[in-house]
Amino acid sequence: MELLTNLAHGFAVAVTPTNILLCLIGALVGTLIGVLPGIGPIATIAMLLPITYKLDPTGALIMLAGIYYGAQYGGSTTAILVNLPGESSSVVTAIDGHQMAKKGRAGAALAIAAIGSFIAGTFGTILVAALGRPLTAVAQAFGPADYFSLMVLGLVCAIVLASGSVLKAIAMIFLGLLLSTVGTDLETGEQRMTFGFLPLADGIEFVTLAMGMFGFAEILRNLENTESRDLVQQKVTNLMPTRDDLKEAAPAVARGTVLGSVLGILPGGGAVLAAFGAYTLEKKLSKTPQEFGKGAIRGVAGPESANNAAAQTSFIPLLTLGIPPNAVMAVMVGAMTIHGIVPGPQIMTKQPDLFWGLIASMWIGNLMLVIINLPLVGLWVRLLRVPYRMLFPAILFFCAIGVYSINNQPFDVVLTAFFGLTGYLLIKLGFEPAPMLVAFVLGKIMEEKLRQAMLLSRGDPWTFVDFGRHPISTVLIVISVALLALAVTPALRKKRNEVFVEE
Amino acid sequence: MSFTRRLLMAGSALLLGIAGAAAQGFPNKPITMIVPFAAGGPTDTIARIVGEHMSRTLGQTIVVENVAGAGGTTGITRAAKATPDGYTIAMGHMGTHGAAAGLYPNLAYDPQKDFEPVGLAAGTPIVIVAKKDFPANNLQEFIKHVQANQKTLNAAHAGVGSVSHITSVLLNSMLKVDVNEIPYRGTGPAINDLVAGKVDYVCDQIVSVSEQVKGKTIKAYAIATPARSPSLPDVPTTTEGGLPQFQVSAWNAVFAPKGTSPEALGKLRDALVKAVTDPATKKKLEDLGGVVPDAKGASPEALAELVRSENVRWVSLLKERVKQ
Repeated sequence: MELLTNLAHGFAVAVTPTNILLCLIGALVGTLIGVLPGIGPIATIAMLLPITYKLDPTGALIMLAGIYYGAQYGGSTTAILVNLPGESSSVVTAIDGHQMAKKGRAGAALAIAAIGSFIAGTFGTILVAALGRPLTAVAQAFGPADYFSLMVLGLVCAIVLASGSVLKAIAMIFLGLLLSTVGTDLETGEQRMTFGFLPLADGIEFVTLAMGMFGFAEILRNLENTESRDLVQQKVTNLMPTRDDLKEAAPAVARGTVLGSVLGILPGGGAVLAAFGAYTLEKKLSKTPQEFGKGAIRGVAGPESANNAAAQTSFIPLLTLGIPPNAVMAVMVGAMTIHGIVPGPQIMTKQPDLFWGLIASMWIGNLMLVIINLPLVGLWVRLLRVPYRMLFPAILFFCAIGVYSINNQPFDVVLTAFFGLTGYLLIKLGFEPAPMLVAFVLGKIMEEKLRQAMLLSRGDPWTFVDFGRHPISTVLIVISVALLALAVTPALRKKRNEVFVEE
Repeated sequence: MSFTRRLLMAGSALLLGIAGAAAQGFPNKPITMIVPFAAGGPTDTIARIVGEHMSRTLGQTIVVENVAGAGGTTGITRAAKATPDGYTIAMGHMGTHGAAAGLYPNLAYDPQKDFEPVGLAAGTPIVIVAKKDFPANNLQEFIKHVQANQKTLNAAHAGVGSVSHITSVLLNSMLKVDVNEIPYRGTGPAINDLVAGKVDYVCDQIVSVSEQVKGKTIKAYAIATPARSPSLPDVPTTTEGGLPQFQVSAWNAVFAPKGTSPEALGKLRDALVKAVTDPATKKKLEDLGGVVPDAKGASPEALAELVRSENVRWVSLLKERVKQ
């Protein structure tokens, strides 16, 4: 009952004309920057901060939150249409989403992404409102050792289920891990593999790598065959998903939502793990796993629902502890502090307007995203008919701006071009970039958590399977080992299906 | 477009630019303030609050440009190499203009010689905080407990070269302890694990921990400034607690590249002093736990002296305790 009163209070705060307008602007701007490849929510929020000085803190935060989940949403659009994941969590969406687009079903893919995201967003919002506090305890139970083991499980899933060539997938996973270690050593501050370049001191940016490996490489590949255009040029069948599509996607949406909600509360890699985990799960449960990677609608519905649910629940650590779980949230904390509100564990009692207003606006924002995006599906799909000679330079142009905007470093753009060439070679040789990108994202967290866990245990590697001290970690390691063991048994090897296949 | 026509246009644009500059003087276009850290952090927040007021005095927008990386040295290197015309300035801090020389042997700038000091903007006091069930009730008990249990305790920090790292090194050297130091990527994850009780204690800026202390999810032992802070009035100073030599505040100050004209410097300095002495701006900074300088404290002379003394303090300490 208290929840309902609080939510009612939240809606009273959020449903003022000004705040609805701010929410709409935020969602719209977020969608737009999400659609533009490479331009992320962090740079956008940082650029828009000065505008929010004039607003009241609640309104400002509502707008910024709108940008955040709008960008999550928009990122999937580019991933589906042009195979360009702008956010780490939409790497997985690109796999089957883009295949659907190639088959002329871009409309269905976009619509199912929008619908799945809305359902997941609604569920995530309710979860934040009802169970924010207890869920915080779950997140807090995860120490460095537990995180490390979770990442191990993630990588094992990628290895076990990868096919095409398992060896090539493993090679790409290790390449991703290797690239994630470029930069300053966490513990000693020494620079590793930077070749003396100061711009590499903080490692390689995800966007730099993703834009190069996906965007630039894809364009290079398309340049070589002028006849068969594999961006969606052929007739688009129907814009909206059919009844069968919806029936097919519904369970995937439900599973993705639950998985995403749980993993979203973990700071750091939550959203990526959620999207990737949902994809693995869908493929595992599917009766027709061979369709995954060739345009399976569940391969879009699951991960898209998961990453949007995770986007909502990732607010939990910020709202209940005052600790930003990722870089976007850190900028939002900055926005709050400029308004004189330092977020902390008491924000719910000290700033009820802001707390409940923000939660209500999350749902309103998600509703607006559906309203904005469903009609836009037709427009986005038409965008694909733009001739290559105009579309490609435009994509390259926005990629370059996006990459530059992360750190304001020209070097990053050069690096993207380098990864573009590398990515092109790898595609030609039959290596898939998706496992590499997932390993790259997980690798950074994995190394950090490994070092911390080892320092905390005074160098004892058994700490990860010490059930008395780290039960979560132990369970995760046991599952990982079991999965690996299953993978090497011949019966299962025959059935091993493909998680990351692009063609 | 023909080459000559382009040349003509460029030429006339240049002439117009010069004429405009002469007519209006400094500043006649937006000023870029490089903040060497990601948006949202304490230095960024202070830069935006102070920059907003300075914009009003100067009549031109100050655009904050976040150039993060390598403990802030990437952004400051760029500022050091910028054209010294007053249109590129930087918000440096204790790390970039104090500790960096002791941490980065290949530092591409000299904190003392490559910059013109504009003035101090604000400092944020350092607080010693511990997990909520840490078995000590005051600073003296804390010191005794740390000294007795240094083999098993874990101090966390926000990464090599961060404010929390170097202040933690300073504290541990004063306590003469060798505690296990756990690095995190940023203050957020470090405080998260402190709240969860995975690590034992942290030194960090008041703005990053004050609300958690008030919410009793962590506890504070002392604040390393001469006076208590209005943000945490119940937390005693290190002097009260019996560790008076631990005095440290993460100061943030505006610098211009060496060779910036006296005219531009004069206007920037004047705008900075106006900003920090403006009651509303001062209150905004103080609400965050900031210690705001008076006109004298914000003078370029005071900043030059601060940079000199901080270099002496940190370089030898860090060379001894971090970079053996």
